[in-house]
Amino acid sequence: MPKTLLLDSATLLATTPSGEDPASTFIRLLTVFLLAMWVGFEVITKVPQRLHTPLTSGSNAISGVTVVGALVVAGSLTSGFGSLFGLLAVFLAMINVAGGFVVTHRMLEMFNPKKK
Amino acid sequence: MSSQAWINLAYLTASMLFIVAFKLMSGPRTAVRGNYLGAAGMAIAILAACFEQPVAASVAKNGIWPLALLAAFAAAGGGIGATMARRWPMTGMPQMVALLNGFGGAASMLVAAAELTSTHTIARFGEGAAQTTAQTSLGSWTQFGIAIGLACLIGSVTLTGSLVAFAKLQELPRFKKPWDDPNRQWFNLGLGIVVVLLLWAMFSNPQPLLFLLLVLVAAALGATLTLPIGGADMPVVICLLNSYSGLAAAAAGFVIDNSVLVIAGSLVGASGLILTAIMCKAMNRSLVGVLFGGLGTTATVDADEVYAGKIKAAETEELAMVLEQADRVVIVPGYGLAVAQAQHAVRELADVLEARGTTVEYAIHPVAGRMPGHMNVLLAEADIEYEKLREMDDINPTFPETDVAIVIGANDVVNPAARTDPNSPIAGMPILDVDKAQTVIVVKRSLSPGFAGIPNPLFAADNTLMYFADGKKALIDLTAAIARD
Repeated sequence: MPKTLLLDSATLLATTPSGEDPASTFIRLLTVFLLAMWVGFEVITKVPQRLHTPLTSGSNAISGVTVVGALVVAGSLTSGFGSLFGLLAVFLAMINVAGGFVVTHRMLEMFNPKKK
Repeated sequence: MSSQAWINLAYLTASMLFIVAFKLMSGPRTAVRGNYLGAAGMAIAILAACFEQPVAASVAKNGIWPLALLAAFAAAGGGIGATMARRWPMTGMPQMVALLNGFGGAASMLVAAAELTSTHTIARFGEGAAQTTAQTSLGSWTQFGIAIGLACLIGSVTLTGSLVAFAKLQELPRFKKPWDDPNRQWFNLGLGIVVVLLLWAMFSNPQPLLFLLLVLVAAALGATLTLPIGGADMPVVICLLNSYSGLAAAAAGFVIDNSVLVIAGSLVGASGLILTAIMCKAMNRSLVGVLFGGLGTTATVDADEVYAGKIKAAETEELAMVLEQADRVVIVPGYGLAVAQAQHAVRELADVLEARGTTVEYAIHPVAGRMPGHMNVLLAEADIEYEKLREMDDINPTFPETDVAIVIGANDVVNPAARTDPNSPIAGMPILDVDKAQTVIVVKRSLSPGFAGIPNPLFAADNTLMYFADGKKALIDLTAAIARD
């Protein structure tokens, strides 16, 4: 952890409403990030090649989770550029989410044809 | 329990559902459930977001209309996405995924932008925050600065990279030929340096103007990095952009201190990286080579030398006879199958063969097509059973016992030069050993080379019959000829 990160904690403190030490916040998120990355590697190496396209589109849909961030940011604003950006983010992320899940479902249906 | 704790619990539930969704992707039946669980996780996370303190405070102050506005934008996006997903042709799946990746990246970048410009942030930082951080300049990287810089960079690169990839996959006229200006690497290097400098500045002092500059330069870089990449390398690009869209979401999660964004983003980031590695391995190329190298296009072998006098073109009737005598047929599809939209024609040919008691299977190279698993989706669309789609390592040992291998629209992935010629640009690339089959039928319009730009000795082999025709028409004619007998 670079020393520089700790120096400016006075400014940083303001970014965490809970009052958590900002460097700790960063490390907490980094911990979550690396552990989730690890879980991802473990789980996804078991997906067979035949399903790689639905895997790609399905993970694509999940990357649309940024809509959560967009909602929180946009929801707190009522005017200005910020709210415009936020609304646009909600719109784009929802295309990603809905498009990804629906197209994945469509593909997986084809892999499991209904028995006649 | 405080309301924030409930919200966090909801995020945790959503994160677990995402992990289970990925886990269930390991089989075609469980994957359907996995996809539902993923969608359920997303719904829970979205609902929880609507109860977050900033949103709740805004609703308390301004009434319900901000939430209604959000719902309207979300519904519009969701409606467009769902409609697109229902109508998009299966042959164009790579384009659709590219486009969605781009939207996801853009959204993450916009979240960072909104957070930066919002009054909310100014309130958090205090009006004087910008000056304070400027004074301590490089000695003051902040979590906010790092996260917002990375979200901006990755999001913008993902957006333009994906749009260029989309244009290439859609074969828009202006994007047909890869950008091959010899100075392009210097240009990219220059842009890269500017990006690093801007990022450095953002880390310590995130400001709207810097952000805007970084968006512009990163967007340019995303485009110029993707423009030189050729069609057959597209699977790598798609995987990489998929990974980026996840990493951008994770970075946005760092910006607003939100665990579900970080978890879901890193899962997707990991997924994209694994697929990227698999694609590179299947081409025996390094990621750096794919992104910056281009293929060594110096032709070491002359096409005339390889083909002269050795090509045997066959007619429909002759090929029908060969197929009628076969006990075991393996079909090898390539990108040409997608272009010719011949997946249903393949299925019909397989049907008449199977009706005669012939075993028919499909050999799928990992990089056949324009995205990972592309061929499997097309064949599945034509109702071909999942069990008959065989992976390379699985089917390669069976080629010596195969009577007929039919190659449709594939070239480099069946080029034996990869095995035999150490000087070939594709030397060492794992290939499907179709040349070991008793007879090989190659359906192709002409002898034109594949993506690697090299001649294919398979076409000149003693056991190969060339069938010069459009893939779809060839298959329909063959099916008709066999059905007649």
